Amino acid sequence: MTETEHVSPGPFVPSRYRVVDRKTENSDITTLWLEPVDRPIAPFKAGQFNMLTAFGVGEVAISISSAPGAPGAIEHTVRDVGAVSHALASSQIGDVVGLRGPFGTDWGLESLTGCNVVVVVGGIGLAPLRGAMRYLAENPAPDRKVVLRVGARLPDQIVFPEEMERWREMGVDVEVTVDVADAAWTGHVGVVTQILTELPFDGAGAVALVCGPEIMMRFSARSLIDLGVSPENIRVSLERNMQCGIALCGHCQLGPFLLCRDGPVVPYAPLAAELITEIER
Amino acid sequence: MPSPDAVVIDANGVDSLITSLRAQGFRVMGPVVANGAIVHREIRAAKQLPVGWHDEQEPGSYRLSHGDDGEMFGWAVGPESFKQSVFPSRSVLWRARRDGQDLAVEATGDDVAPEAFFGARPCEVAALKVLGGVLAGAASPDPVFTRRRETAFVVTVECGRPAATCFCTSMGSGPGAAADFDLALTELAGPSGRFLVRVGSERGAAVLAGVASRPATAEDHRARDEVLGHAVAAISRTLDAEAAPGLLARNLEHPRWDDVAGRCLACGNCTLVCPTCFCAAVEETTDLAGTVEETRRWDTCFDLAHSYLHGGSVRVSTRSRYRQWMTHKLSTWVDQFGNSGCVGCGRCITWCPAGIDITEECAAIAASDGAVKTSEPTAVRDR
Ligand SMILES: Cc1cc2nc3c(=O)[nH]c(=O)nc-3n(C[C@H](O)[C@H](O)[C@H](O)COP(=O)(O)OP(=O)(O)OC[C@H]3O[C@@H](n4cnc5c(N)ncnc54)[C@H](O)[C@@H]3O)c2cc1C
Ligand code: SF4
Ligand code: SF4
Ligand code: FES
Repeated sequence: MTETEHVSPGPFVPSRYRVVDRKTENSDITTLWLEPVDRPIAPFKAGQFNMLTAFGVGEVAISISSAPGAPGAIEHTVRDVGAVSHALASSQIGDVVGLRGPFGTDWGLESLTGCNVVVVVGGIGLAPLRGAMRYLAENPAPDRKVVLRVGARLPDQIVFPEEMERWREMGVDVEVTVDVADAAWTGHVGVVTQILTELPFDGAGAVALVCGPEIMMRFSARSLIDLGVSPENIRVSLERNMQCGIALCGHCQLGPFLLCRDGPVVPYAPLAAELITEIER
Repeated sequence: MPSPDAVVIDANGVDSLITSLRAQGFRVMGPVVANGAIVHREIRAAKQLPVGWHDEQEPGSYRLSHGDDGEMFGWAVGPESFKQSVFPSRSVLWRARRDGQDLAVEATGDDVAPEAFFGARPCEVAALKVLGGVLAGAASPDPVFTRRRETAFVVTVECGRPAATCFCTSMGSGPGAAADFDLALTELAGPSGRFLVRVGSERGAAVLAGVASRPATAEDHRARDEVLGHAVAAISRTLDAEAAPGLLARNLEHPRWDDVAGRCLACGNCTLVCPTCFCAAVEETTDLAGTVEETRRWDTCFDLAHSYLHGGSVRVSTRSRYRQWMTHKLSTWVDQFGNSGCVGCGRCITWCPAGIDITEECAAIAASDGAVKTSEPTAVRDR
């Protein structure tokens, strides 16, 4: 990739990306594999997001769900919750979507050498963490244990189950819980904090990566702190409405943060802890 | 001949200044009386200026009156700021044309003629800098703002008659102009039609070169000091800008937010008139021929849709929306951009239909610093 290929005609103009593959993950979640038609975006880091345009419908923020540096198409996993996400999730192979990015802060994978890692996920929160998980699973380190704790509302809302199985085979300590079981479910039932009561290592010195609904992140952070993880070592991914992704529209404010610029990944302490504890911030 | 730093011109000089700017290719936007207020329109001659007009401003009220004093700039600020010129309320960001499964995206240019902001008050010049800190200071600067601000010629006019709603002295933005202008005028008292002009840039000197003037004397400078001294003395509202960031940050559960929420209509007027509010939303439309157009328009944090996330709004109550607005202006703006988001122009006070006064709200919180809402939050948001 040469430098000039990244030159953009303006920060608001999306690059065209073609849908080269798609997978229905469950009833409302779809993963899209995208390849550039002409102008590829700059290399990304795990945890960053792109602004995706369904042409004629609108533009929304979607995390990159593939691993940084991986060859081939870039992946995004979209939950169908409104007009734009519906149009994106329904796009077919060959369709062109718009893409701007990569934006925001990342999980800081390069800092995760020589320390144990706890990844805590609620629902589709695994999408922004999938790239990081792939990296951690595929690049094992003798002095690093990786623990993944996943909570989903229902068994059929668990995303990437086969991939989680692969990570388990690669040495990741994976546990999954559902809020409400169905007849076929033999695993744990309950919220994610119930499978976060112990760790196979000392929490002190470990780094936690947490993504899910704010209430889930709050309770998970408390559990992690109880397990000895330092609040500064807990990284959470936060969301607010995003109209631009580039610190120009004011929508993604959360107290002192512009989350498209200072987030989405921020340390739980000192600032995020209070922000996600109080209402209407 | 090297031009002096300051000269004096008369009313005809103001007229030839406008002519000179037009001759240099600027579209001159200046103050005129229209619809009962002083607003910005394209001007061609000094006679279009609001000569003899004065504004009386109070919380929730703005009234013009006319006198026969012949003052050209005997008013403070109107509802419009030059924000509209550098950050248009609507702009098309790009267009895309469909061709079967394929699609071509094209950037839209911004090719309006450079404007001269004639009669911009010092607080407005400060506001342009605050806006620039956001829109030009970002890692990917806003191209429309950047181009328009860089090409704009700023003729600031210092204030001799501040309004009752002004508090620029608290925010360090007026009534005198210190920087970021091409030319700065001061309408001197005494025999009408005497203006001290200070040069702020080479462009300013070039434009001024075509205008009949005489070098300013020490007496002219003293006359300017007197005008500004009167203005400072006339400003009655204050805000503790240094204390505000910490004060608001530690009082997010103060009962005053409920009190103001009982008065605020969440109309968003304050954000529309504010010269630094920059929130914008994008909209995508498709015409019958299949052309997709991405438009950016001003938005307001008082609108429920502003904080829309996953099927609902984060900030539902008026309390949380007013708190978002005011804490952003005075506190979190400092965290985000390194300076206050308020320049003390007083527009939000004047144009609030409920007469809500940001200085009064801030003082009320300071008066019972640390007070907390007695009732517990009713629900924990999960969005
Ligand atoms: C950093 C970040 C990463 C994200 N990553 C992912 C991800 O990986 N996968 C994923 O599925 N989601 C992700 N999201 C969430 C995703 O951006 C939202 O779910 C998405 O914006 C919602 O789109 P929609 O289909 O509801 O859009 P629409 O409902 O069509 O809305 C589009 C925009 O229109 C406006 N709007 C629409 N309806 C209303 C209304 N009723 N009231 C007010 N305004 C309205 C909003 O501004 C909205 O953003 C992420 C969000 C952020 C901030
Ligand atoms: S907050 Fe009010 S006083 Fe401050 S700059 Fe905005 S409109 Fe002017
Ligand atoms: S403070 Fe006044 S102008 Fe602002 S939203 Fe409330 S009622 Fe409207
Ligand atoms: S998304 Fe626009 S400022 Fe962050």
